[in-house]
Formats: sequence, structure tokens, C-alpha cells
Amino acid sequence: MAEEKKLFKVTIDNITIDVEPGTTILNAARQIGGDVTPPAMCYYSKLQGSGGKCRTCLVEVAAGSAADPRPMPKLVASCRTTVMDGMVVKNITSERVLDARAGVVEFLLLNHPLDCPICDQAGECHLQDLSYEHGKEGTRYEFKRRTFEKEDIGPYIQLHMTRCILCYRCTYVADQITNNRVHGILDRGDHAEISTYISKAIDNDFSGNMIDVCPVGALTDKTFRFKNRVWFTKPVDAHRDCEKCCGKVTLWQRGDEVLRVTARKDQWGEVQSYDSKPGWICNTCRFDKKHVNDWVIEGPTKISRHSVISQGHYVGMQKPKETMPEVMGGRAPKLLMDIHEISEVNSVDISALPGPATSKTFEKKEQ
Amino acid sequence: MGRKLLLDKANIEGIRYYDVYRREGGYRSVEKALKSMTPDQVTDEVKKSGLRGRGGAGFPTGMKWSFLAKPEGVPRYLVVNADESEPGTFKDRYLMEFIPHLLIEGMITSSYALGSNRSYIYIRGEYAWIVDILEQAIAEAKNNGWLGKNILGTGFDLEIYVQRGAGAYICGEETALLESLEGKRGNPRIKPPFPAVKGLWDCPTVVNNVETITAVVPIVNEGGEEYAKIGVGKSTGTKLISACGNINKPGVYEIDMTISVEEFIYSDEYCGGIANGRKLKACIPGGSSVPILPANLLLKTAKGETRYMNYESLADGGFATGSMMGSGGFIVMDDSQCVVRHTYTLARFYRHESCGQCSPCREGTGWMEKILWNLETGKGKMSDIDLLWDIQRKIEGNTICPLGDAAAWPVAAAIRHFRDEFEWHVTNPDDAQRRNYGLAHYADPIKVATPA
Repeated sequence: MAEEKKLFKVTIDNITIDVEPGTTILNAARQIGGDVTPPAMCYYSKLQGSGGKCRTCLVEVAAGSAADPRPMPKLVASCRTTVMDGMVVKNITSERVLDARAGVVEFLLLNHPLDCPICDQAGECHLQDLSYEHGKEGTRYEFKRRTFEKEDIGPYIQLHMTRCILCYRCTYVADQITNNRVHGILDRGDHAEISTYISKAIDNDFSGNMIDVCPVGALTDKTFRFKNRVWFTKPVDAHRDCEKCCGKVTLWQRGDEVLRVTARKDQWGEVQSYDSKPGWICNTCRFDKKHVNDWVIEGPTKISRHSVISQGHYVGMQKPKETMPEVMGGRAPKLLMDIHEISEVNSVDISALPGPATSKTFEKKEQ
Repeated sequence: MGRKLLLDKANIEGIRYYDVYRREGGYRSVEKALKSMTPDQVTDEVKKSGLRGRGGAGFPTGMKWSFLAKPEGVPRYLVVNADESEPGTFKDRYLMEFIPHLLIEGMITSSYALGSNRSYIYIRGEYAWIVDILEQAIAEAKNNGWLGKNILGTGFDLEIYVQRGAGAYICGEETALLESLEGKRGNPRIKPPFPAVKGLWDCPTVVNNVETITAVVPIVNEGGEEYAKIGVGKSTGTKLISACGNINKPGVYEIDMTISVEEFIYSDEYCGGIANGRKLKACIPGGSSVPILPANLLLKTAKGETRYMNYESLADGGFATGSMMGSGGFIVMDDSQCVVRHTYTLARFYRHESCGQCSPCREGTGWMEKILWNLETGKGKMSDIDLLWDIQRKIEGNTICPLGDAAAWPVAAAIRHFRDEFEWHVTNPDDAQRRNYGLAHYADPIKVATPA
């Protein structure tokens, strides 16, 4: 009897919501949405046992429940704490939480190389978003950051351990959706690293999902590395009949060229569920089907307008009004130089092209 | 001369072996418990005794036992935490090395009370030779009918297994210990659920320190109320203190928690005073994780009262002017010791032992170590001290397990009480390389505000 099920009343930042018993504070906050949702770097709702590690989702529980309204003495990890009836939670209304969260962001960035300009994850990196929203402008860390050698794990994935924030998501993927796990955490503390057992290759039909769950650029798609910036690509929802997986993907295109295939993500950056089954995709769909003819295109992917990716979303975009001629009384400004005349790099005038630029456009023409 | 309950027979020759141990009255508690008491009665005695966990947190053992979930058809486990890795603590080693049968006896009685038919000793990997001692003791106990099926004809079955750790401090945290015991990577679990509900192999489990379990033997033998008469207030019974550092007589002492800290350090019965005629500068009264105290605050509380060796008195004044009983690792430092150096050493330890699961501890411990190394080697800045304070504040309480707190507290206390020594390291970097700050004013009597 779904109607008779008692719902728990939770108040998060003065917003009250009814949720099912057993819901975590984080998921209750996600039902409210917006600013009261704590950020989560390690929690992944589709991966059992994940969460509790990164400590970015810490919240203050001002009243434990209606029956026992004592506050919890410590900040709790909202992703792993279930709600009680009458619980009062403070997230962004709590100074303690904001202080602790700023601390966690600083800790997470201590050993992170901040090589965003050359990182493939830039633009869709959770750590970037997190530090933009919750971090301080500078770091107080003055020491050498820990570094690791890049490692190829299998033919499709490259591990760049230096960027890793040890969220453990990829080990859960390997544990739960692939048949056997050959990689895990070696060593401990700040010298811990994700690695395969003696450089074993990860060779499994679903291993590619590790790339999707990685919040940073530690696990990247070798078929996409350095091909393009994500904000220059245009995400398109597509599907195909696949006997191994759900076949529902996002194609990241540039013109007709499919540069990358990923699973579809929901608004929390997690893989979308279909009939409450996570839509993981197989390696064939992800790495081998890189042609538009392989796919049935459904339409453009909805991207949050706050995301940098949405700037490449030129469907329906309006060109801003040119104000210069108005100011100059109808005359066009005389340029001292045209960049296309002197630069060898920018030898292509993109605005002059009839369609979007693709990698073919930039190919060096024979002299 | 305090009463001894655990170590009174420790010096008898051959007490390590079953025959001598039995002749000296060993295994009486098992006979008494199994033959004349129900499991609940044993738990009640432990509750009445007011016994507090000896591993560090000081949680009442009887209460912990009564929290144990008892669903039908699910096995329950007792796990003895012998992963004694806290720097400065070596009391369990002494117990297991010299009177292993006391632990076995305590485990049989406790397992009976908790309804555990398989109990484990998770022992620190570095205690390799003690594993042999324990296994020999278990074999002797089994040959004499104290373990196995149908013990003493009462229908109670029990097997005890010894499992060696692989050398990680974090595996002394109870949930990490259980993970390690299950054969996984020793990462602490996120609580709740607590081990009393979901512990070893998802079954209800009680994890107790070695000393706690051995204390069950005198409690059952003499009765909980008798046991509670020893000691003072909520600090009942006797406590093993492993004293080390700059004292004349380092070692394991059994105290009854009514003696003062001053007596413990200076009397000939215990530590025998500071070695080499030097002066007391500071002390960590409960193992490396608890806050360090300067001499003046160690001997007297901030209110000017004498400080005693028990849970309440050592914690008097909170962290601002007090410390903790902890696991009883009493580390004494004389005026030739450098607090900055010492804090660096501890920070290095915690950095090395952090499991790396949650970010504040993984990254923060390493950061603190590096800053402390700069301060110690004369490259520090004045702002580093405030930075250290801020880092420890952001680690403490924000981690999964208490290791983050344990790493933060020593740094916090060192800055709180020895800030001028840190500042001296910054302002006199060359001097700091050649000599120590010395005793300074750390033993001066504290001005006590006269009550109005």
C-alpha cells in the first residue's frame, strides 16, 4: 500500500519536504534541488557502498528527529546518513558547514595538479565546479605536489593518477558492473594510488564506465584524448540496439563527426537510470561506434545553462546585435591587421565556413 | 600500594603456561560463570563494575555489551582488539606476553556472556612472537577442556582464533579491524551501522581491547560491586599504564586510579622520577593521540587542584587545559626535549598511517607534517603556526574515523600550550638548530583565579 506508507518530514535549510523512510539526507536535498543540495564528489547513487569519503557533503543536523530533537555533535556526511522523521538539517545556512566545506575543497585541491588547460575533463569536471562554487581563490599550500607517472590501463583508458582525488568510484564500478576487478587502491594515505595489479590491463566490456564515474580527469577516454575541448563539441542524445547494454548514449559531435560517446548523465552528473536501472553502456558502444550512421539521433542533449558546455549549444542561438556601426555612424572600423593574414595557426576563418568546423577543416593542406 | 588485579601474579615463574596458571587459581571465572550464572548475569556484573573500555575512548563496557543486537539464527562474534599500535602504549603486549591465559580466560567468560561461539584475537602484525604464545595457550586451554565443544559439560561451544594484522595502525580502529579480519583492505567503515548491529561478516559483533577483556576475569571472580569499589567515581577498577620517556623506570604499571599524577611520576614504586636529574617539561598522559600537557597543567588542574590518574581528573578542563586517559600510554618528556620536533614526529606518524579514504585526513596530515618540518628546520614563518591551527581545526571531527581527530589533537595541544616555543623556532631559526627551548616557563605554577 504505497499510499499508506508513512513519509518522513525533513527540513533542510528551512525547506520542508516529505521523503520515504531510508532516504539519505543528500537524496532528500536533491529532491528539493537547487542551492540546498550539498555537493558530492564520491557518492554515486548507482554504486552501492559509495560515499562518505570525500566529506564535501557534510551537513549539520540541528535536530536528530521529532522523537529525539538533540542535535548531532559532529557534522555528518549527508550521503550516508538516513533521514529521521522531524529531522532538521542545515546546509548552506550553517557557518560550520560552509567553513568545513571550504576546508575540504582546499584539501582536495592540495595535491591536484590544476592542469585544467590540458585536461580533457575540463568543462565537465566536478572538482572544477566544486572549487568554483565552494573554494577560496587561492591555496595556502607551498609544497611540492605529489605526482605519478601516467599509466595506460587497457587499450581504451588512460589513468592519470596525479589528478585523482581517491573517490573510489571506479573501484566500485569494477566491483559491481564488471565481472572481475583487477584494479584497486594500493598503499595508503596521501601516497595511496589507484592501480591495476602489476600493470594488468583492464579488459572488460563495461570498464569504460569508470571514465564516466570519475569526477576528475584521472581516468580519460584514450579515443578522445586531446581531440577537442568538451565545450566545442555538441552533445546529442542517440541510441542503438545493443545486446550488451541499454544502448542509450550521448554523442559528442563536431559537425557530423562523433568525437566521443558517453552514457547519458542526469543533472547530478550521474549516469541516468531507465526503469530504475542505471544506464551503463558497454565498450562497443563507447569506443567502437564512432559514426553517426551507427546511431539513431534523438535530438540535442539538455545541458544546464550554467555549464560551459552549453555555450556550444548553438541551436536557437541569437547573434548579438552589432553595435559598432551604430556608434561609428554607419562606418566600419578599420582594422590595423587581420589575424587571419598573419597567423599560421588560425588559417581558417571559422566564421566564413557554411557549417561547423570539424577536424577536417584544420587538416594541413598540401602546399 | 594500590591493589593489583591483573598483574598480581605476573611475576610467578611459568605463569605463561597452563599448569602454573591453573594452580594459581586460573580459570575460576570460567567455572563460576558457566556453571552458576546466565549470560545476562555476567553482563550485569560487568555493568555493575562500571568497567570502561581500556582501548582509549573509555566507553562503558557493560553498556557496549548490552547494545549487541541478538537476532535469531545469526551468529554473534567477540573480537579482541590486540592491534596495539599507539605510540607509547605497550600494556596489551605485556599482558599477552606474560599471562596469555588471562586473556583466554577473559575471552571464554565474555564470549559466554555475549553468546559468541567463535571469537577472534586480531593481533598486531609486529607482535609476531606473541601469536605463538597465544596459540600455545589456546592449544593448552583446548587440551584441558576449556575450549571446543560442550565446555565443562554446559553445552557452550567456543573456538578462539588468532589473526595477525599486516602492520597498519588504522586496523586498530574497530571497523577497520573488522574489514581487515574479513580479508579486505583495512579501511574504516562509515558508521552507522555500528558493529553491535552489523559487524564481522554483517553479524552483531563486540570489539573490545585486550585489557578490557582481561578485566572481566576479576569482575566475575569478585563480583561487579566489589570491583567498582576500587578506584574513584566513574573510574573503577585498575588500569594498566605503560610509562615511557625520560623517566627512571619505564614499564607497565597497574594503578588503581586514586593516585596523583605527581606520585605516579616521582614515586619509586612507579616511574621513579625524571631520568638524569632533569626537570619535567611535558607529558602525554594517554598515548600519542591525546593532547600534550605542560608540566604545570599536568600536575595541577587549571583550578589549582591536584590532578589524579583517572579518566575524569585527566580530562578536567576539557581540551583547553586538560587531556585524556586514552589507552594509558604515559609519555614523559624532560626539559631537553623539543616540542616542535616531537609534534613533527607524531604528524609524520599519522601521515604515514592515514588510510587515505577521506580527504581531510589524507591531505591534511601530509600538509601538517610538511609545515612542521619547515618549522623544525628553521624555515618556518609566523603565519605557519596559525595555518597549522586552521588545518587541524578543519580535520578534527570531519573525518570518517577517529584517526583524523588523533592526528589533529596533538598538533592543536602543542600549539595551544607551547606556542612560544613554536614562535621561538620562527624568530631564532639558527638557535633552534643548535639548542632546545628548554623548560622555559612550562613548570611555573599557574595563577589560579581566586573565587570571588
